[in-house]
Order: sequence, then structure tokens, then C-alpha cells
Amino acid sequence: MVRTLLAVCFMAFVSYLPRVLPMAFMQKRIQSRFLRSFLYYVPFAVLGAMTFPRILYSTGNFYSSLLGMSVALILAFLDKGLMTVTVSALISVYLFQLLVP
Amino acid sequence: MKTHLFHPHNELSSKQWVKDFSLGFKHGLPIFLGYIPVAFTFGLIAVRGGLPVGVALLISLTNLTSAGQFAGTNLLISGATLFEITITTLVINIRYLLMSLSLSQKMAPSIPLTQRCLMAFGITDETFSVASLEKQEITFAYMLGLITGPYWGWGLGTALGGLICSVLPSSLQDSVGITLYAMFIALLIPQVKRTQAAFIVAFVAISVSSGFTWLPYLNRISEGWSIIMATVIACLIGAAFFPREDV
Repeated sequence: MVRTLLAVCFMAFVSYLPRVLPMAFMQKRIQSRFLRSFLYYVPFAVLGAMTFPRILYSTGNFYSSLLGMSVALILAFLDKGLMTVTVSALISVYLFQLLVP
Repeated sequence: MKTHLFHPHNELSSKQWVKDFSLGFKHGLPIFLGYIPVAFTFGLIAVRGGLPVGVALLISLTNLTSAGQFAGTNLLISGATLFEITITTLVINIRYLLMSLSLSQKMAPSIPLTQRCLMAFGITDETFSVASLEKQEITFAYMLGLITGPYWGWGLGTALGGLICSVLPSSLQDSVGITLYAMFIALLIPQVKRTQAAFIVAFVAISVSSGFTWLPYLNRISEGWSIIMATVIACLIGAAFFPREDV
């Protein structure tokens, strides 16, 4: 139990550290245009890298994942909201797994 | 005006505070919903692996990361050393450095240190994505509102997963794996549709992360590093070829 609680403490520490350091110590605006542009692009890059190709393995079935991804892509392209996209993808994957053995 | 936003004694400011908090809270609701099934799965795995429900909940409420705590807990259950657990969790979480740095540039320099430390705790892949795509400057109240729902959703899901264990049919358990990715798509596509530079940056990031997943040798690199390298390469290209005038 001591080992478990120690592990939880360490995990919490290394989860918080990378989040707090930049935000706490970068109180000034970065002046470099290159660096500001770099940071501006971070969300697009992170979202892309986190989503693909991992989404293809997210349901344990390649084809249902592909279907869910397609549904999400189409609805997102049509500017549907977060909830619509998310719930529609979930339902399509669920129905696929239910109907296609 | 902005520097007085957080003094509740001022009637106008406290109205603004409530407005910002509510807006953040509203933006956090889809994340709240998306987190419940994922956290549920976490609770399930942790308790099935032999951890008490209380410990699973403690992990969720102190770590508040998806990939990081899944990996750390897996290692914990399988009897890895504390060193391995800590290093693996750290490597997966290093990407938060970039997110936190990016977000630090989206808020007023006047926000005090204590508020920054509080906000930092709530940075996740999802809250970061929503906050950084916000048009306006991020305020403390907005971030607090944004974090609140997802935080308790994460805890609630974990507790339910640990307590109920296996009531959920397995087909539904598998299906929920798609939810957070679908949310990422919903955040990303409307942006890249409108801006060519953002499209190219996202495309480069996706290509690099695909390479790290499928190419021989490269696929030995862990998921955490793969995301970091894809992000850095894509953003370097973005900053070099499409420098922003207005950021």
C-alpha cells in the first residue's frame, strides 16, 4: 500500500510539473515572432498528432473506428457542435459493433 | 479594466467573473460528458487490476490525465518499479509543457501566480484545445469554469467504473473509445477548413505521428515522444513558412 501511495504521489507530481512550469514562469509575452507563431500552431499540431492514427485503434475494431472517424469528419466539416459530432460518432460505432459481428 | 476583473467587491467585475465562469463551464460540458466513459474505463481497469476504488479515485483526482495515468497505473498493477512508473508517466506528460507554454501566451500577463498554479492543474488535452481555440484572451474565471465540469466528470466516471465494474456491455465499452477522438476532430476540422496554414501544420503532424506508428524502427518510440516530435516538427514548419503577423 505504501508503494501504491508513493506511486500515486510521484505520478501526480510528474503530471503537474510540465503543466505548471511554463504557465507560472512565462508571465511575459514572448517577443520573437517565430516563437509566437510556433506556439500559435501548437493546438493544431497536437490535435492532429493525438488523433491520427490512434483513432483507428480506439474501439478495438478497425472498421468501426474507421466508420466513427468518417462520421466525425463529415459532421465536423459541416460545423456541427462538439456534442453532435461526439455523440453521433459514438452511436455509429455502437450500432456497427452491434449489427456487424 | 482587465486588472480589476478578479476583485469580487466591485459589482461590475463580479458580474464579469460570473459571465466568464459560466462561459467556461458551458464550453466544458462536452468534455465532462466525454470524460465519464473514459474515466469509467480507467476505474474498471484499476479495480480489476486489484487497486481499491479509493486509490483509483485518488489517482484520477490528483493526476487528471488520460494517457499518463492509464500507463502509470498499468505499470503499478504489473509490479513495475517506482522509477519506471514515474519516468513513463513523465514522458507521456511532457507534451503539457508545450500546451502550458502556448496557453501562457493567451492570457493577461497580470494574472497572479496562485491563479496560474491553479489553472495549470486543469490543463488536459481537451481543456487546452478548447481554451487555446477561444477567440478572446483567457481569464482565470473562464479557465476555472472550463475545468470544473471535466474534473468532476473524470472523478465521477472513475468512481462509477470502479464500483459498478462490469455492468456495461462490452460492445458499449469498446464504442466509447471513439468519443474523445471524435471531439478532437470536432475541434480541429472547423479550424483547418478555414486556414490553409493550420491545415498544413495539422497535416504534417498527422504524417509524422503516422510514421512513428507504422514505419519500422520509428515505431519503437513511445506514444508520448511521438506526439511531442510530431508537434515540434509541424510547428517549426508552420512558424518558418507561415509566420503570423497578429499573434
